[in-house]
Amino acid sequence: MVATNGMKRIVIEPVTRVEGHGKVTILLDEKKQVQQARLHIVEFRGFERFIQGRPFWEVPVLVQRLCGICPVSHHLAAAKAMDWIVGGEKLTPTAEKMRRLMHYGQFFQSHALHFFHLASPDLLFGKPGDPLSGFAADVAIRNVIGVAAKFPDLAVQGVMMRKYGQEVILRTAGKKIHGTGAIPGGINKNLSITERDFLLKDIDQMVEWSRSAVKIAKDYTVEHLEKLAPFGSFDSNHLSLIREDGAMDIYHGNLRAIDSVGKKIFDQVDYQRYLDYIGEEVRPWSYMKFPFIRSLGPEKGWYRVGPLARVNTADFIDTPEAEAARKEFMAVTKGKPNNISMAYHWARMIELLHSIERIKELLHDKDLQGTDLVAKGERRDEGVGLLEAPRGTLFHHYRVNKDDQVVMANLIVSTTSNNEPMNRAVAKVAKDHLSGVEITEGLLNHVEVAIRAYDPCLSCATHALGQMPLTVELVDHEGNLVSTRSKN
Amino acid sequence: MSDTINFIIDGVEIQGREGQTILEAAEAAGIYIPRLCHLKGLTPHGSCRVCTVLVNGRPQASCTQPVAEGIVVESESERVQQIRRDIIDMLFVEGNHFCMFCEKSGNCELQAMAYRFGIPTPKFPYQFPKRGVDASHPDIFVDHNRCILCGRCVRASRDLDGKHVFDFVDRGPHKRVAVNAEARLADTNLDASDKATEVCPVGAILRKRVGYAVPVGKRLYDEKPIGSDIEAAKTK
Repeated sequence: MVATNGMKRIVIEPVTRVEGHGKVTILLDEKKQVQQARLHIVEFRGFERFIQGRPFWEVPVLVQRLCGICPVSHHLAAAKAMDWIVGGEKLTPTAEKMRRLMHYGQFFQSHALHFFHLASPDLLFGKPGDPLSGFAADVAIRNVIGVAAKFPDLAVQGVMMRKYGQEVILRTAGKKIHGTGAIPGGINKNLSITERDFLLKDIDQMVEWSRSAVKIAKDYTVEHLEKLAPFGSFDSNHLSLIREDGAMDIYHGNLRAIDSVGKKIFDQVDYQRYLDYIGEEVRPWSYMKFPFIRSLGPEKGWYRVGPLARVNTADFIDTPEAEAARKEFMAVTKGKPNNISMAYHWARMIELLHSIERIKELLHDKDLQGTDLVAKGERRDEGVGLLEAPRGTLFHHYRVNKDDQVVMANLIVSTTSNNEPMNRAVAKVAKDHLSGVEITEGLLNHVEVAIRAYDPCLSCATHALGQMPLTVELVDHEGNLVSTRSKN
Repeated sequence: MSDTINFIIDGVEIQGREGQTILEAAEAAGIYIPRLCHLKGLTPHGSCRVCTVLVNGRPQASCTQPVAEGIVVESESERVQQIRRDIIDMLFVEGNHFCMFCEKSGNCELQAMAYRFGIPTPKFPYQFPKRGVDASHPDIFVDHNRCILCGRCVRASRDLDGKHVFDFVDRGPHKRVAVNAEARLADTNLDASDKATEVCPVGAILRKRVGYAVPVGKRLYDEKPIGSDIEAAKTK
């Protein structure tokens, strides 16, 4: 461990209860003040390289293996790029609605998983009036098992909601995980009446539970706003896809970026031209790239993606209950973008409700039983596919040679976009809560909670080679190891 | 004189005919003997050895071994099953078979065989051979990573298409399927309608741009294990 610029490094590794693994380095200066934080990701995944040479129609099925939590995002983003390759980007109504149903199903299960299984232990065990005490609650209870013991109804809801989302995916993609439903230019199946009726059976229960999840997240945030607002928070730009009329649309749209007070940086940008607007920077200490808005440069052009960004960028949500929830959410910041890290949880639950409202709508749409499944047109050699994954905007970009082989792939996953924001969140938490040069259990947990708000999928942004124990190292500005703290 | 030949498979008396192989006679009697290189309509090849049976105690490839009066054939015994299981295992580790994203999944005879034999993962170490793909042909994609050297394409091209597009080159562990051209499939006279393009049991020779068109659940081996059609004939 080499210390630079007269700073000390405090290392926390890995972050537990995020999908995948991470390590945190907090850099201190000689005065023991926090200068910077790095969510330190050195693992390398390599998908962009090893799909080169593979036939393009294989890619939507292959690249989704990046992740086991939201593979549907990669499956669909790649399929959307391949739609361009086969000239079938204008999908048939059945194909588009089947894909949307698959995507909403995935949103529902992924958001339920994150809120109930990963995040709720942080939110449920605080002392009255002191939410931050919950972040440092005994690790023996601050986990999903602890939630199940103290809040059994909630734990069951989380499991059943996740299951419901997976059932939607099964009936649209063919499998609950890593299906094959989306093919270049369309979809390989429709929704049978039997499948539709199966999904309709529990839909009202799911809507009801989603409403109550929004309420839990809202009440928690509003009740503790004073203490949560500064926690890991900072002003930032926000980016997402947006429908042409300004509505939130997680499957398809154009790019919109706004600054921290809501001024548009760009709007309705055709994502086939994303490279004109988004650049990527490489830093020596991480395999993750750092995307930025070109017009603002790498220093100021970083942005947030995901539920918070999407609720901030949207003019409205086109399902009634989620729209009502959005209005309440925006009222907290008087209609301006919400820059509170912990508000991600509330925004995520608004999207959960939106997803289930859309699923209900779609299940009543007869187009899902249509038989026109695939569109084809003029063959192209390049395609970009974007969608809003549960964790944020997902970019897939491919070039294909005349023999149908992939020759170039560029993926920007949501966690990569949230890379710098997570660093900022950790730095903020460390600045506010680090005292002295000792990492307390409490601080360690605070850092984790801040990162977890972003729901990072580190295995998706890169990949961990084996599991590491949680270790905290304190290194002084001359590079000497001062103390080590470990936790399993 | 009758041309019926009486012999025994796993204790059951079977009547075969002169000129039949053990595999054919068994099949006619509704007994499925697993096979990969063998395909009805192609000259028996005897190369994959998955159809190995014990004939009077000696291992033989049942797809090439003719029936003979009074022989005692062991097919379903644990010893024979173990031989077959090991052969299937070796076929997996010799190539680069990634069923999880292969478009042949669900329609692949090798994968189906592994399921039939209850092989979740090979017991032998993966060899990870370095093999290439040939995407040059406008309609056909060849992925040598998945080739099991069954020779079906070689025989179909030669015997059914009369073309000789494919053949084996090199020997031993270096043996591979090559094309009748300097290097690329595009330079052969292979046509997308050739029989040779339809016989591959694995995902080595594929029609381009149609992968994954059949949804999971509707694929050849999604519902019923490989060989069940032959066994169903016996039940009737």
